[in-house]
Amino acid sequence: MDSISCPASCPNKPMTPFSSLRELSQALRRGDCTSLELTEAALGRARRLDEALNCFITLDEEQAVADAKAADLRLRDGSAAPLTGIPLAHKDLFCIEGWRTTCASRMLANFTAPYTATAIARLQAAGSVTLGKLNMDEFAMGSSTETSHFGPTANPWAPQYTPGGSSGGSAACVAAGITAAATGTDTGGSIRQPASFCGVTGLKPTYGRVSRYGMIAFASSLDQGGVFARDAEDAALLLSAMAGFDPRDSTSSAHRDPWLESVPERGIGEPADPILTIGLADELFGEVSEGAERIEAARQALEALGCRCRTVSLPHIRTAMPAYYVIAGAEASTNLSRYDGVRFGHRCERPESLRDLYERSRGEGFGAEVKRRILTGTYALSAGYFDAYYLKAQKIRRLVAGDFAAAFGEVDLLLAPTTPGTAFRRGELTDDPVAMYRQDVCTIPVNLAGLPAISLPCGLHQGLPVGVQLIGRHFDERRLLQASAALQRATDWHRARPTLAEAS
Amino acid sequence: MNPGWEAVIGLEVHVQLATRSKIFSAAANQFGAPPNSLACPVDLGLPGVLPVLNEAAVRMAVKFGLAIGAEVRRRCSFDRKNYFYPDLPKGYQISQLAAPIVGPGRLEVPLDDGAAIEVRIVRAHLEEDAGKSIHDAYAGQTGVDLNRAGTPLLEVVSAPDLRTPEQAAACFRQLHSLVRYLGICDGDLSQGSMRCDANVSVRPQGRKALGERTEIKNINSFRFVEKAIRFEIDRQIDRLEAGLPVVRETRLYDASKDETRPMRGKEFSDDYRYFPDPDLLPVAIDEAFIEAARAELPELPAARRRRFQEALGLSEYDAGWLTRDPDTADYFAAAARTEGSHAKRVANWIMGELTARLNREGLTIRAAPVTAAALGRLIARIEDGTLSSKTAKTVFDALWGGAGEVDAIIDARGLKPMRDTGELTGLINDIVARHPQQAEQFRAGRDKLLGFFVGQAMKATGGKADPRQVNELLKEALGSGIDGSQP
Repeated sequence: MDSISCPASCPNKPMTPFSSLRELSQALRRGDCTSLELTEAALGRARRLDEALNCFITLDEEQAVADAKAADLRLRDGSAAPLTGIPLAHKDLFCIEGWRTTCASRMLANFTAPYTATAIARLQAAGSVTLGKLNMDEFAMGSSTETSHFGPTANPWAPQYTPGGSSGGSAACVAAGITAAATGTDTGGSIRQPASFCGVTGLKPTYGRVSRYGMIAFASSLDQGGVFARDAEDAALLLSAMAGFDPRDSTSSAHRDPWLESVPERGIGEPADPILTIGLADELFGEVSEGAERIEAARQALEALGCRCRTVSLPHIRTAMPAYYVIAGAEASTNLSRYDGVRFGHRCERPESLRDLYERSRGEGFGAEVKRRILTGTYALSAGYFDAYYLKAQKIRRLVAGDFAAAFGEVDLLLAPTTPGTAFRRGELTDDPVAMYRQDVCTIPVNLAGLPAISLPCGLHQGLPVGVQLIGRHFDERRLLQASAALQRATDWHRARPTLAEAS
Repeated sequence: MNPGWEAVIGLEVHVQLATRSKIFSAAANQFGAPPNSLACPVDLGLPGVLPVLNEAAVRMAVKFGLAIGAEVRRRCSFDRKNYFYPDLPKGYQISQLAAPIVGPGRLEVPLDDGAAIEVRIVRAHLEEDAGKSIHDAYAGQTGVDLNRAGTPLLEVVSAPDLRTPEQAAACFRQLHSLVRYLGICDGDLSQGSMRCDANVSVRPQGRKALGERTEIKNINSFRFVEKAIRFEIDRQIDRLEAGLPVVRETRLYDASKDETRPMRGKEFSDDYRYFPDPDLLPVAIDEAFIEAARAELPELPAARRRRFQEALGLSEYDAGWLTRDPDTADYFAAAARTEGSHAKRVANWIMGELTARLNREGLTIRAAPVTAAALGRLIARIEDGTLSSKTAKTVFDALWGGAGEVDAIIDARGLKPMRDTGELTGLINDIVARHPQQAEQFRAGRDKLLGFFVGQAMKATGGKADPRQVNELLKEALGSGIDGSQP
């Protein structure tokens, strides 16, 4: 394993690629290492591993080093924030000024963003170093990071397997020890499913918690930015930097959370009431085909901590998946209309007419899965079909949200599988879109309801990580993350490391 | 129009709201800047950008709703209208379909003959304007200017309550007047600040069922509204009388040929796939917001017209003419308020001399070199007999040229009337003495010759004498027999 050079006088254990954010932050503040050392180590590791993993679309050594030097100045003059000097990598659908921002699409392969997404601007303002932009499914549409125009990302646990998706590059980057944390987005499971597949902690905050400004839209009413990290405490630390009302996003919440704001100073804290009632989402357990025994182990660990578990029913949840694909497709079909070859993005050669310009630019610029979603979404919004599809899907959405609200009348958190099984092989589901869509059957209902949820590693099944999902009430990230941290203090599943990274 | 037919007309008027920034972005809402210099990332529809509603646009829409006695919706929402066009950056327009901000209301429309009709307003909704496609700047290519993209529009939809082209033009004019009064639109038709679409159909006189309609798009002057609709009515009647159907279509008015013709080129889909915009939350408008907007409402044209008639004694025509444009009405009110002024005379001067001069020089009344106060003082000097209509015009011209204050001009040019009867009497006696023949004839009964003597006297005084005084003195001089022949 790599270790990061550490002054000879350093009495502390050396930083490793798998050090947590908190460890790195302390080391930087103590002067055990510099941001430049951390950044160069991360760049080196990225270069060594990325040939096999392909988790980066863009690595920019020059900008990263410049960020690191600026961070080192802040560290020296005492104006450092908790994230100052820590290298992070971002899903390539966050616009960052001066950075190529592709959404893993040929459509935007040469698009350089002229402005920075609010969530990233906040992480940068907190002092983090931007190492690079991470691979994903094209326009976040997919569950395997195989629809990327820049090629698939490998799962660090087994290169012939997918890392999940759409934020597969982010999950692989953290799992492989390149950065301690990374950003992602979750529309139907795009943070939690890859976190589960790659054995890392993945947090999807409450809808409205993190600004969507500058986050390239897939489905506006479902998209939510979040994080991949080594554990729940690190996730809380990152969230506290990213979250908050943004006047440029009308759907961002003005709800202030003093607890979240205090995390950098005081840490995640202990739950006010450690004896939680945890609901087991009955219908979702029925979806599990692999790793059920690991989820059961997580349940037992929570009970051992004093939580009371009971089964709850979410009766409408079986209708969530079709409703999701109607709503997400409908929103995507118009969100992606702006990619028309007129102002930016891919433009076909020598268009013969306006119609030809549109048809070929979009035909060439978008991949098959994106086209499939645009077509189904357009269909769902068309005159004569609107009521039967879009309106009905919205009704289902309200029923699903109602199921969760009823459950949260009785329990504090919900426990569910993150995915039906462990990571699948590359190419295994490419020809079966519905089987691919089923990857998100346990995560989609949460997006429909706009709730916060986290996927936590809970051990291995046949050598591949299994994740378990905890779901909280709206804006109750506090209880969600405190319970997750308690579980992680009592277990060591989140410390499991893939062998690929060890071997490099 | 053929007497056997009746036209049914409804208008959709797009009003560009005079907000400082655009409806969903912070870019300036301004006309005439270099192409694309006022298009920010939101207006360009760049990946990742989001709309944020401009509260000022909401306030303006609420004011409009209150002014037409409409229900202001407590909860309105925005929808996406989807179609592809190069000057529509996002591939959809944010508009309001399901829940417009302004519900049904009524507009009183005064007609030229002094009568008025009431036109129902079905709804008014907020939306964003598109950019502009420029087809004639580059050979074989189309330029796109997105400065206008995101300009707030209030689309006002009338019921099909209009029956003649004149009524339609009057309705457009009244809406123009109303939004100018409310201060929510600059009303500059030449810059596209208000654009009118007209839905036109005809039916045999007396029939209830509506005929098939056509829509004439983007008419940008009062006169063209009237002409375009007149042409379209005649065209539809000609077709029906020839046994041909009217085809439901969108047409454009070509002012240079004075005709409408089917619109072509734009590949608009019939199915706009409207659905609620997930980037914008429904807008809740509370009582306090509405009351604050109500408190800011100015006196509206109808009320002002009545006040000018009742309090200032103007005729219906004059009051209507002067209140159509708020700047004109303000100008009139200020001039009429000046001490010693006279409302009716002020009205005549504004509608005559001032307007003629403004039109000749292409100026708006706001830019008039003669201020309302100056015109008021000028009128006061006519009223008190200091100025004759002739000298008043001289003073007006001097004011226009920037020569200073009314009384100063009168002094500087020696325009004060000769009030000194001694001097004037001498002058008049002199004139009578120099024209013994005419004096004799006058005394013999040729009364008309008084005019000759008045003319001579005015000439001799350079127009400064008060004609009434001159008359009296002349009669005295001629009647008393004081002339050169009988010393």
